Amino acid sequence: MSTNATHTAAESHDAHVHVHRDDYGAKMGMWLFLFTELLLFGGLFILYMAYRVEYIQQFQIAAKELKVYMGGVNTIILLTSSLTMVLSIVALQRKNVQASIFWLVTTIVFALGFMVVKYFEWSDKFHHGIYPKGPGLMDKSQGEIIFFGLYYTMTGLHGLHVIIGVGLLTAMLIQIKRNKVRPDRFVPLENAGLYWHLVDLIWIFLFPLFYLLH
Amino acid sequence: MSDISNTHNAHTDDGRIAHAHDPSYGINIMIWLILISLTVITVAVAGIDLGNFTLFVAMLVAAVKSTFVINYFMHIKFDDAIFKIFLILVILVLFVVFVLTGFDVFYR
Repeated sequence: MSTNATHTAAESHDAHVHVHRDDYGAKMGMWLFLFTELLLFGGLFILYMAYRVEYIQQFQIAAKELKVYMGGVNTIILLTSSLTMVLSIVALQRKNVQASIFWLVTTIVFALGFMVVKYFEWSDKFHHGIYPKGPGLMDKSQGEIIFFGLYYTMTGLHGLHVIIGVGLLTAMLIQIKRNKVRPDRFVPLENAGLYWHLVDLIWIFLFPLFYLLH
Repeated sequence: MSDISNTHNAHTDDGRIAHAHDPSYGINIMIWLILISLTVITVAVAGIDLGNFTLFVAMLVAAVKSTFVINYFMHIKFDDAIFKIFLILVILVLFVVFVLTGFDVFYR
């Protein structure tokens, strides 16, 4: 009886040492980081607002040059990648590791697809001479130049986040394959997912502001 | 008796180890369908000139979409109150800065 009790105590002590981690704190840390990201992009959105008020007509003219279908396709790609991200987390929580890997790879493919569309979009703009000091840009009015400055800065910073997201999701893929992230330890994947959803969230605002308001 | 509670404690680890709460595919697919529908509607009505309301409507739809993403995809709806409080505070800070900047640029 007494050995049994000691055994249980030793076991529980063992378990305590073994699970030396803080999922709650990890999640809190991720959210705090996301808040700083929100403030970073928030500042750029304020800049957009201030210049839009000043150059309302020129912003509308400039917005006509962006192709709605390209932005629209990218919106659908990002929204769908957000879904596949969630499905990957749900699959892992349901102990279906293969499905989790499948959905995670799908998410990465969508993310790369977003960057491919972005590449064609920016190439098209460069082709029309719309780049810093470019001939297509210098012909334009002050407001249009500011519009494209904001367009490149904000979608560029967003694109950088997409690339970082791809790196983060690939790291998660490796971690799952190495059994470091697994059904009883899914919070790293959840946190990577939170980052990915933030990228989606910012695009939800970027898309109408740059592509639709003309 | 103390052994049992101790073991139990070790198992839940004072709530530091996350456990999934009935994860479901269905609800997330529903949310995705709503988000896609809202996107299609926004693009479809973009051609209609609502004058000064165009920006307002576009931002309203974006805000609704964000609410779905934050609550369901980012799981805030099912998280502890402290996460919700933090999020509301951050949104409030952003809102205040927007309004204060707005006073400057709109009434210049």
